[in-house]
Amino acid sequence: MEKAIKKTFALFALPTLAAFVIGFFVPFILGIYLSFCRFTTISDAQFTGLANYRALAGDGVFLHSLWFTAAFTAVTVVLINVLAFAAALLLTRSFRGTNVFRAVFFLPNLIGGIVLGYIWQLIFNGILSIFGRTLTYSSVYGFWGLVVLMCWQQIGYMMIIYIAGLQSIPDALYEAARIDGANGRQLLFRVTVPMSMPAITICTFLTLTNSFKLFDQNLALTAGQPSQMTELLALNIYNTFYGRAGWEGVGQAKAVVFFLLVALLAMIQTRLTRSREVQQ
Amino acid sequence: MKKRRNPALTILFSVISVVYIAPILIVLMNSFKRKAYINRYPFALPNADTFVGLENYTSGIEKIDFWRAFGYSVFITTVSVAVILLCTSMCAWYITRVPGPFSRIFYTLCLFAMVVPFQMVMFPLSKVTDLLRLNTPIGIVPVYLGFGAGLAVFLFCGFMRSIPIEVEEAAMIDGCSPTQTFFFAVLPMLRPTLISVGILETMWIWNDYLLPLLVLNQKKYKTLPIAIQYLKGGYGSIDWGAMMAMLVLAIVPIIVFYLALQKHIIKGVAAGAVKG
Repeated sequence: MEKAIKKTFALFALPTLAAFVIGFFVPFILGIYLSFCRFTTISDAQFTGLANYRALAGDGVFLHSLWFTAAFTAVTVVLINVLAFAAALLLTRSFRGTNVFRAVFFLPNLIGGIVLGYIWQLIFNGILSIFGRTLTYSSVYGFWGLVVLMCWQQIGYMMIIYIAGLQSIPDALYEAARIDGANGRQLLFRVTVPMSMPAITICTFLTLTNSFKLFDQNLALTAGQPSQMTELLALNIYNTFYGRAGWEGVGQAKAVVFFLLVALLAMIQTRLTRSREVQQ
Repeated sequence: MKKRRNPALTILFSVISVVYIAPILIVLMNSFKRKAYINRYPFALPNADTFVGLENYTSGIEKIDFWRAFGYSVFITTVSVAVILLCTSMCAWYITRVPGPFSRIFYTLCLFAMVVPFQMVMFPLSKVTDLLRLNTPIGIVPVYLGFGAGLAVFLFCGFMRSIPIEVEEAAMIDGCSPTQTFFFAVLPMLRPTLISVGILETMWIWNDYLLPLLVLNQKKYKTLPIAIQYLKGGYGSIDWGAMMAMLVLAIVPIIVFYLALQKHIIKGVAAGAVKG
């Protein structure tokens, strides 16, 4: 059978492979090469060694956006996961309307980042105008604005994953723990949380990478204002590419650093939480 | 266990739900107000002075050529998702049934592609697609196939490893060619994963902003998110009346899609994540 299927390579595997090579693989390799070049289009690329990397190390706005992104990611990962887990715990109890509430919390997730950004720009500016301020008055407003937006969008999605995790915990475990005299708190931290580790692994991975890579919401909500102080990494890279002529090489070098950071974070995070998963 | 009903929780969550939905309702309400009143008093209800009926809608639709953008978005999303579902499920079948260096390497690359941020490839990608003349609504389909392949191949492979190979062997012994085996024996069993992958890819492509912005010829083709972002003028000024109306029109199809497929969407998301 394997031999017969092997003959279908051109029909079965080739279309996806070709699209993958054109759409992802070639641009990826080119991207690494270009990060060592000075260029405005690909054909005029000149090899300049590590010059781009030296330039980005001296770019204060980039370093600021690195810290801004790190802080934003840390705050949102904790907030989203704690709130989503709490919502999942409550919404797996039996009371009227749980399905409706789940559906409501999930809804914002389907709305695109650009639309979300403008919805919240209206809301925040409306609230801040009471104090005679706007969202772009200070980077602190932009930071918390992005945090609220991100929580609003992501909590429902993570809640759904946590609910699926909670429903797979066998009742027998709770009964055994109760017979052993465990109280509510112990049930939560000794049974529910350890048994939910696979879901926690997935949700922290998703929130971590989503927050770190955030672009559309950032562009629509603050566009980096005031004076690039609320630029997350992805937007900073975009503006380096398309906002500053002659800086394409530096933009590409930033993108490589960005990629390495995402890969590193994803690796560390999965190692950490995977090691806490328990076998059933 | 006995079922208990807890009315306090129902009341608590009703209040939270209303607050949760409020931003969308506020946008809806403001879409009927005169534009000068929107940004200044977003929480005030429209009154005789500020109510403008559908004026924001008609001006917004004209301003961003809404129906054109909507049409491109619908076309690109449906065609891309259909192509992704067909091609990646076939490819995943090949990978799981023909083990070897090709399958191993391609599968690993698919996992790898899921972690790479778009900014890493966006500039070379836009140059490559210009060179190959993929800057049209049809040309962008293979680009989405290449980008969506990672997640889709991964999810399909995970599912295919769990279905019994005996069904396929029986089909082959009965004289089916590999192609017939795939379409008549394998594909029907894939239904839940097809729905799951289809929903995840639809959500992504419908809302995608940066990839179509960089790939499509912007003089001719704008998708809905690009058209909405376009409402922000060169100096950062926004026509809030048109903006509110267009946000409402962008959200309505999503809500319709959600209400129609709610069960599948929630199940699909959970299934997609558990395997991730």
